[in-house]
Amino acid sequence: MTTLTESPPPLAPEAPEPKPPKRRGRWTPYWLLLPGILWLLVFFALPMIYQASTSVQTGSLEEGYKVTWHFATYWDALSAYWPQFVRSVLYAGTATLLCLLLGYPLAYLIAFRAGRWRNLIMILVIAPFFTSFLIRTLAWKTILADGGPVVGALDTLHVLDVTSWLGLTAGDRVLATPLAVICGLTYNFLPFMILPLYTSLERIDGRLHEAAGDLYARPWTTFRKVTFPLSMPGVVSGTLLTFIPAAGDYVNADLLGSTDTRMVGNTIQTQFLRVLDYPTAAALSFILMAAILLMVTLYIRRSGTEDLV
Amino acid sequence: MPFVNWLKRNLVVIAGLLTLGYLLLPNVIVTVFSFNRPKGRFNYEWQRFSLDAWKDPCGVSDLCGSLSVSLQIAVLATLGATVLGTLIAFALVRYRFRARGAVNSLIFLPMAMPEVVMAASLLTLFLNMGAQLGFWTILIAHIMFCLSFVVTAVKARVMSMDPRLEEAARDLYAGPFQTFVRVTLPIAAPGIAAGALLAFALSFDDFIITNFNAGSTVTFPMFVWGSAQRGTPVQINVIGTTMFVVAVLLVLVSMAAGNRRGRRQA
Amino acid sequence: MTNKTDPSGDVRLTGIAKTYGAFTAVHPLDLTVPQGSFFALLGASGCGKTTTLRMIAGLEEPTRGTVHLGDQDVTALPPYKRPVNTVFQSYALFPHLNIFENVAFGLRRRGLKSVKKQVEEMLDLVQLGEQARKKPHQLSGGQQQRVAVARALINHPKVLLLDEPLGALDLKLRRQMQLELKRIQTEVGITFVHVTHDQEEAMTMADTVAVMNAGRVEQLGSPADLYENPRTTFVANFLGTSNFIEAEVDSKNGDEVVLKAGGGKLVLPASRCSAPAGTGGRVLVGVRPEKISLTHADDAGEIPVGRNRITGKIADSSFIGVSTQYVVDSPVCSDFEVYAQNIDRDPRLVPGAEVVLHWNPAHTFGLDAAQDADAGVEEAA
Repeated sequence: MTTLTESPPPLAPEAPEPKPPKRRGRWTPYWLLLPGILWLLVFFALPMIYQASTSVQTGSLEEGYKVTWHFATYWDALSAYWPQFVRSVLYAGTATLLCLLLGYPLAYLIAFRAGRWRNLIMILVIAPFFTSFLIRTLAWKTILADGGPVVGALDTLHVLDVTSWLGLTAGDRVLATPLAVICGLTYNFLPFMILPLYTSLERIDGRLHEAAGDLYARPWTTFRKVTFPLSMPGVVSGTLLTFIPAAGDYVNADLLGSTDTRMVGNTIQTQFLRVLDYPTAAALSFILMAAILLMVTLYIRRSGTEDLV
Repeated sequence: MPFVNWLKRNLVVIAGLLTLGYLLLPNVIVTVFSFNRPKGRFNYEWQRFSLDAWKDPCGVSDLCGSLSVSLQIAVLATLGATVLGTLIAFALVRYRFRARGAVNSLIFLPMAMPEVVMAASLLTLFLNMGAQLGFWTILIAHIMFCLSFVVTAVKARVMSMDPRLEEAARDLYAGPFQTFVRVTLPIAAPGIAAGALLAFALSFDDFIITNFNAGSTVTFPMFVWGSAQRGTPVQINVIGTTMFVVAVLLVLVSMAAGNRRGRRQA
Repeated sequence: MTNKTDPSGDVRLTGIAKTYGAFTAVHPLDLTVPQGSFFALLGASGCGKTTTLRMIAGLEEPTRGTVHLGDQDVTALPPYKRPVNTVFQSYALFPHLNIFENVAFGLRRRGLKSVKKQVEEMLDLVQLGEQARKKPHQLSGGQQQRVAVARALINHPKVLLLDEPLGALDLKLRRQMQLELKRIQTEVGITFVHVTHDQEEAMTMADTVAVMNAGRVEQLGSPADLYENPRTTFVANFLGTSNFIEAEVDSKNGDEVVLKAGGGKLVLPASRCSAPAGTGGRVLVGVRPEKISLTHADDAGEIPVGRNRITGKIADSSFIGVSTQYVVDSPVCSDFEVYAQNIDRDPRLVPGAEVVLHWNPAHTFGLDAAQDADAGVEEAA
């Protein structure tokens, strides 16, 4: 049993003693860090502060904005746009769940069953990235076109009746409905689920499956009790990598949805680039950021995987 | 019931392949519709076969210009993010210093932040500074969000590197600079390359952050976005298809080369 | 100074110590490794032996003390300026370079242009001439080990340091490489300093062994000396197995010490007693299992006079081919281990039998009873 995990050679060689800090160049790490960290401070952290300040300003484009600690903007933004927030969480959550359900079998296939096809399948998972995601998202307009084969099939199988009842589709249309947006989100962020899943599945020693089988576990039990728990780090980072960008996305809602499927990303984009109501836009993106950081923190706590990076 | 048994055993394979199909279907559509001759301004419905777009990929005004802007930005952003990110990665793995936790958080946060939030706040900064939006603001933004991904990729590689290799080099008369050039860098190279490739792909394909900070500069994704409102030229599909095929071919060729080298040495 | 003709290969550590924060890895240590010797640092994981080796290599800066190679103080020199090379644990072969370039690495760094002849000769010496163009991962463990040795030796270092060089090999290969390394050392005549946790390896290969424990050298000497005359319970247990009897000094009779244990008397040569032997002093009497003879209680009269003897009852016996190992319960010591050669086996010696254990007093050693009789047992396992 000792060889089941990648343990050190049988006669364990002496572990290297605790690494001391380096001898010369106490300042070397700071010099190495300086340019990159400065970049992040100026172009990532500082903008956040600017935005925080913008969110409590009042004024107008013509007369300029002043910090007036007008926190009511937050309340106004929330009460005006809460449906967009709810949609963002619901759509992104559903898409993340779908990504997990769809992505797990493929990641499992690549890790354990693909054999010599492994590299080819990996390439096929990654290669679509090189076709701009906007072009690929537009292709869904064709796939889900009204009266097209996909919609026709869903209609015949009465799937549309169910989704209509759930409020995901309207009549015999899929385009411009929540279902289309969720479908697009799922598609767009699926690779971000598959890759971390694959990474953690691939680390699992195949002999663990045999050991579980040897110890009277049926394949499904083996999966539940051995494989899935060991792939938890991949599941956690996969769901985060899917949920976070999906919750802030506005491209899918814009291209595949309608005015009834607008997510918070759409609102921020409109407020910022069209309406030019900077305080509201800043408040909205602050709320989104805070909500996501909160959810991520809670999620990481619960799943007990603290070191993701 | 041999069929049922077969199905049971291969259920995961079938499900996985279905997912793969789901992932690739849009690319198939993109490719097929690059041979379409659409009736109106939009290329969403199949009309009839045509090679027009393939014969004249730059036939739409601004398309190839935007492509060139995207490529320039992607190359520069990759360069910048790779250099800065590699330095950070080495500092994080090789040295112990104060504020390590803060640095780690600063690296992690951009990856855990929805793009639209970063995009909006960066725009706020640029507006406040009165910066001229355009090529350079896009580049600044791209280096910023690619940086963390490079750090992660390089860090993983450097961390898995046996520290004894560098000790061995020093033991064998290589000074600090020689050790870095002859041993550390070649061994870290795959991680750096992976980080650079990721940065290139992220930058080239970025839309959300670019859209906020581009001013009147048009990158390729922005061109596609605009055309989705005004009318999608078939040439978009030609370029999408070409990039997919080139990417796959490049990977296959480099893998084949790697294999051959491996065999020759065996 | 030593009286050797060429002391340039002497390694002299003077008061050398290493601490990490509050943790002391190596306590102040003086050690001289004479030119041309095969020296082993033996100890369990974390005892400071690797740190000591790394301080000689220059990979670790001593907190205190100096390192001399011959007459040269190299304490402040970085590793790439020391005429010392290392065979690293798990070899640290450069994965991106082929075997030839791995071996040529040191020569090239010192600015030699035509290295081909030297490298090829070196590879032939370690029987790897055919493998020169392969990458390290394409070689077996034993071959990699030889590359690591070749890569270090080609630089003609004054001292070759070996950090658990055989740890990753399987038992059979390890035995083979032990002889191989010993042969190479005799051939090239370079000082070898070898770090290992394997006492058999150290005893087979080294002329001198330093047993380290918790950052200190417990004892230094030839393998036979360490085995026959251990000065601490740690050494006695770490190198092989020892039995201990708690005893009290009864009297001192010339160069013999007479001790009381239980009801009986034991005799011990004064020269082999490292404990203070004043009357009434407490001493741990040690004896190795293979020095002991076992006689059935019925034949006790046949035991020659002048031998140390204690009585007991066989608790367990296991037959392992060349010998039989007995565990004997005795009033003075439970779990007394005895190894008997399988020459004439007495069929009465089965578990439950009453026996007398007896041995030549010259094989007895006395240790300070203030120490833990089981020190080093865990580490040796």
